[in-house]
Amino acid sequence: MAKVERPLSPHLQIYRPQITSVLSILHRITGVALGVGLLLVSWWLIAAAAGEEYFTFVNGLMGSWFGRIVLFGFSWALFYHFCNGIRHLFWDIGKGFDKADVARSGQIVIAASVVLTLIAWIGAYA
Amino acid sequence: MTFRTPLKQVRGLGAARDGVAHWWHQRLSAVALIVLVLLAAARIVSLAGEDYATVKAALGQPFWAGVLILFLATAYYHFRLGLQVVIEDYVHGPAARLTMIVLNIFVTAALAVASILAVLKLVFGG
Repeated sequence: MAKVERPLSPHLQIYRPQITSVLSILHRITGVALGVGLLLVSWWLIAAAAGEEYFTFVNGLMGSWFGRIVLFGFSWALFYHFCNGIRHLFWDIGKGFDKADVARSGQIVIAASVVLTLIAWIGAYA
Repeated sequence: MTFRTPLKQVRGLGAARDGVAHWWHQRLSAVALIVLVLLAAARIVSLAGEDYATVKAALGQPFWAGVLILFLATAYYHFRLGLQVVIEDYVHGPAARLTMIVLNIFVTAALAVASILAVLKLVFGG
């Protein structure tokens, strides 16, 4: 039997990226990335429990320039997922679904994630 | 005349009253994480770059150890629920999918236990 070529709806390569779709996939990507971040937190805690020598080694890695870049990305992913997660919880109770609201809450989420990341890093260096 | 009803076809496949459990647990853990992430992040940020003795003493305080244990348990649970959705979306072969879902559950559980044990050692390890 010949395979019927079903029509396809517009998909990722065709559909123009918009704030709604971009923030949606970012939520998933940051969610998966935060699993790796959580692993770093576990590594740091296990190092602290393992003893001074190993902790100093791990703490040094995380404080190196490369470690700081990774942690900076981790912190932004955390705050982005945090803010956008709260946006999702508002949607779950049925609020904020107007077209204008969805775009505006998305902009607020981006701004808030940047501000929270900066606050955390100012706190870390203070 | 047959006494068979469509029940035969759906038995073992239906929602059986817990169809939304995954969805609900993801939201529940998300709400808990709003508080736990802020507390854990604030504590960890305040310890950035500190030496072994300072970190050990700070994480060994019962209040903060409690916060960290709740954070770790909730975060790993939330991550496992989220990653399961990602697996269900992208892994299509039935064997590969089941393997990934089971591995996801086992690995996140093991990591959560290892991290929590590390915190407990910091509290009780002397």
